[in-house]
Amino acid sequence: MMRAFWLILIFAVGGAIKIPAEQNLARQSQARAALSLGEKFREGALLASLSGLRALAANVLYIEAHVAWEQTQWARMLLLFRQVTALQPGVVLFWDTAAWHMAWNASAAALNDSREPRVALRVRRQREFIEIGRQFLVRGIELNPNQPQLHEALARLYRDKLHDHTGASDSFARAAALPGAAAYDERFSAYELSYCEGMEADAYERLRQLYQRGERERLPTLLARIHALEEKLGVPNADRVIR
Amino acid sequence: MRRISAIASTTFTELIRLKLFYAVCAIGLLLIGGSVFFARFSFQEEFQILKDISLGTITIFSSLLAIIATANLIPRDVEDRTAYAILAKAVPRKDYIIGKLLGAIGLIALSVLMMSALFFAILALRENAVLNALQQSPASSPQDMAATIATIHHAASWQLVAPATLMIFLRSAVIAALTLFVSTFATSNAFTIVVMMMVYLVAQLEPIAREYWLQARTAGVAARSFLALVAIAFPDLQALDFGDAVASGIVLAAPLILKAAMLALFYVVLYALLSIASFSGREL
Repeated sequence: MMRAFWLILIFAVGGAIKIPAEQNLARQSQARAALSLGEKFREGALLASLSGLRALAANVLYIEAHVAWEQTQWARMLLLFRQVTALQPGVVLFWDTAAWHMAWNASAAALNDSREPRVALRVRRQREFIEIGRQFLVRGIELNPNQPQLHEALARLYRDKLHDHTGASDSFARAAALPGAAAYDERFSAYELSYCEGMEADAYERLRQLYQRGERERLPTLLARIHALEEKLGVPNADRVIR
Repeated sequence: MRRISAIASTTFTELIRLKLFYAVCAIGLLLIGGSVFFARFSFQEEFQILKDISLGTITIFSSLLAIIATANLIPRDVEDRTAYAILAKAVPRKDYIIGKLLGAIGLIALSVLMMSALFFAILALRENAVLNALQQSPASSPQDMAATIATIHHAASWQLVAPATLMIFLRSAVIAALTLFVSTFATSNAFTIVVMMMVYLVAQLEPIAREYWLQARTAGVAARSFLALVAIAFPDLQALDFGDAVASGIVLAAPLILKAAMLALFYVVLYALLSIASFSGREL
């Protein structure tokens, strides 16, 4: 009887101490905190079933995905990347690589698929793969919001694949605001904004601010974009940066 | 204190003579050593895979060792009547339990140390190989070269990985303490191992049970009571797992590691107290 009493007492006191400490630690894990309860359960069940093997499994699948890429098996590669990112949602490299393979390699292969004579269908397949790549990055960002690499990858996808300059500018700006971002993210955000209809004045202001920071920022593209906007906005000669 | 250290050192010596220890360590070392041939991608991917496989291997094998080695401690002593001889010589049961636990933790420390040493050596070797290959590649601008070298140093830095291996050791110590608690009321070694395998799986889901218990108001009384029981009784093993973060290049903040280490030590003390309470009331 005394044994049961002591056991219950220790469990109760221990539980009262451990739960706030565990909650505090859990708040610091971003990728897991961003998951919904249902997703956490699925991820947790996966974790529980694989436990320490999860990282091993994810890497084996990642290598398999690489092989699938070499053999241009796009559907298989997509399935494998979905599994890899589900197993390790906190690894930025997996989201970035998955998106790159889908939006760049698989989409280009779909567009040049000689087995499909109809151009419209090839273009549709290309867009579908680009969208899958975009979804990988959007999900990756949801789970890892403070990783500038993913924002930057999404910006490149908007710029190079979707020709969405507003989306590209926003994503580059989000990347630039994060610690560890590349120095060019802020500049690229301003460049992309300069292509957006109706945003020329804002873009010009941002480009001017960059120009005023000194020689290091005065790169050929920056000067070219400033010149183009000055022409477009009809900036008086006396106020121009590039005369 | 002398009694505890005598029991701990005897337990450690007994455990280190087990063939199981050599088998587990050999397989672990083989996997870590083999990870270097696993894949050759870009250096970021290579280091990511190397760290993932090595940290995963250390986690699995140290956890396995913690369960299998600790599960056998009390049942074997009872079976071969060593426990009677020890406890009859005015050795308090709490000293016996603490000594046994410290012996098992010593074994885990040794295995984690061996596997980590090989892992760090491989990291250093691969870092040198990648840097040598970089020197021979076509010259880029000095700034690009410096940035690439800095990235390689960051990806291959053992100092950044070391906190994760420390946490693997503490996590395994928690598992050992929990196994010892189960073995205090278990009737056989096999029972302890099977129960611990299930406990290990449930402990991975403890954060979900805890969150659901604290946040969801819609669940019924029975479901909430069950979730509360899981949240109170089981440790949160995910909170002590930093392998993924470290493998993907995230630098762990010292306060975070300190908090996690304190939590792990708290679990060890909690399950040690439970073991003492359970074993003290057990009829031998």
